[in-house]
Amino acid sequence: MHVVFFLIAALTLGGALAAVLLKNTVHCALAVTLAFLGHALLFLRLDAQFAGFAQILIYIGAVAILVVFAILLTRGSEAPASGIFSKTWLLGLLIAAAVFAVLGWSIIESARALAVDSAAPQVTVHDIGVALVGRYVLPLEIVALLLTAATIGAVIVALHEKERPR
Amino acid sequence: MGFASPLAAYLLVAALLFAIGLAGALTRRNAILVLIGIELMLNAANLNFIAFWRYGPHPNPDSLTGMMFAIFSIAVAAAEAAVGLGLVISIYRHAKTTDLDRINRMKG
Repeated sequence: MHVVFFLIAALTLGGALAAVLLKNTVHCALAVTLAFLGHALLFLRLDAQFAGFAQILIYIGAVAILVVFAILLTRGSEAPASGIFSKTWLLGLLIAAAVFAVLGWSIIESARALAVDSAAPQVTVHDIGVALVGRYVLPLEIVALLLTAATIGAVIVALHEKERPR
Repeated sequence: MGFASPLAAYLLVAALLFAIGLAGALTRRNAILVLIGIELMLNAANLNFIAFWRYGPHPNPDSLTGMMFAIFSIAVAAAEAAVGLGLVISIYRHAKTTDLDRINRMKG
């Protein structure tokens, strides 16, 4: 393994850990942006250029901005006096540790059977575009419909509703 | 750590990220940070797709499948984030808080 991989993995994991552990919500949003960037770099290292740049555009460009807007609109940046972790944090931590134990155990057990190395895939953006309007045209249309519905739904849900007499 | 397979290292990083996201979603009080934890979990799944795609057999006629799955998954995650954060803002207007321990009734 290359030292670059360890650096990127450390960046990603550090950003994710900081996003989960930091007290100030705005700092958490910045840390999760760092984790998204690390993800994009991992995609680029895996020769998935299109997915890497889509990750940067969508996660850093859209999702992180959405999260920051939501924090500002809800005044959530100030930490509550009762702490940032819920009452059942120990149970949640145990569940997460158990899930990681199972996943890690299965990966280490099967590591010997995994491919050592293979030729880098030669996939260009042109191939992806042709596949999107050819073989994957139905999923593409469904995703387009889903995104339209989600945008309209999000606007309707977050619309300011007038006080109705009860 | 001497992994014979680079794929195993990527899978391990993805598993760790998934566990961190799950821990965040299960332990934080703020609803926005729970959504951030869910985004981290979705990202970890995408990393698995891309890693398996990269170390799969190439060239083959289905060589785009893993990449396509990751791209559609990113699009669905974006829709999920938009609706989830819209819901959080709507709940904040109603309950004046995003503290999940204090949002404990379903009546408006």
